[in-house]
Amino acid sequence: MTALVERLQAAKAAHDYQGLIDAVPYARFLGLTAALDGEQLITTMRFGAHLIGNPSLPALHGGTLGALLESAAIFELLWRAETVVLPKTITLTVDYLRSGAAVDTHARGIVTRQGRRITNVRMEAWQADRAAPVATAHAIFLVMRS
Amino acid sequence: MSDERTARKLNLARAFTRGVPHNEALGMRVLDVTETEVLYELPYDLKLVGNVDTGTLHGGAITALLDAASGLAVFAALTELVPIATLDLRIDYLKPAAPDKSVIGKASCYKITRNVAFTRAVAYQDDADDVIAHAVGTFMLSTKQGKQ
Repeated sequence: MTALVERLQAAKAAHDYQGLIDAVPYARFLGLTAALDGEQLITTMRFGAHLIGNPSLPALHGGTLGALLESAAIFELLWRAETVVLPKTITLTVDYLRSGAAVDTHARGIVTRQGRRITNVRMEAWQADRAAPVATAHAIFLVMRS
Repeated sequence: MSDERTARKLNLARAFTRGVPHNEALGMRVLDVTETEVLYELPYDLKLVGNVDTGTLHGGAITALLDAASGLAVFAALTELVPIATLDLRIDYLKPAAPDKSVIGKASCYKITRNVAFTRAVAYQDDADDVIAHAVGTFMLSTKQGKQ
């Protein structure tokens, strides 16, 4: 087991959702936070001026939404302890549905199939209205269950 | 394309990318732009690391690089500048990026129709044939203020 995964497991044992995220420098760069909403782990990307892709609208950079969706899936897998290593993304497909406004964006991942080596996850990201997602995605991860 | 037009396209692309805060925050630089190909560089930076044990960049940084390169490839292929919006982007991660080295994003727009542009892109480090990630994307053209 890697030092990172040990750190993540300690964060989980202490119910320190933010500890999951603070272990990943890029997640801090994006301004990600995590919180439990009932049984759901919600990953939030706090708005910051450095996330803008189109300053005239303004709108979030598509890459930030892709990164948020991928991170939400990875945190869901780590949170559920479905893997003893950091999941490796094999493929990620993002559908951009609406332009992302200059506000906080939330995301969650739903595991659709859990295999011994391969896990499929569906993700969605939304802003003010959860029923109107700004982007959806699906991804396939390589994991190690034991 | 004449040298003058090539230089103008490159200058326009550099001005465009400097106007995109997230591209600036990532430290991305336009290396080359032609009508058929765009080269972007993402310098290695500790703040973009995904796995502190190995020092490899987070997949999200590669996603942002390939998204930006693909969008710029559409602009480079257009004969007049119109707003575009990403419809979808699929990225296959073939291997991790080695630490302490820039990643190059190379994108091309291989088909443009009245409404939609189709792109493909790769990310690599030293060797364009030794690919880290591969992406295909579609973009909506002439969107009102970039909205679908």
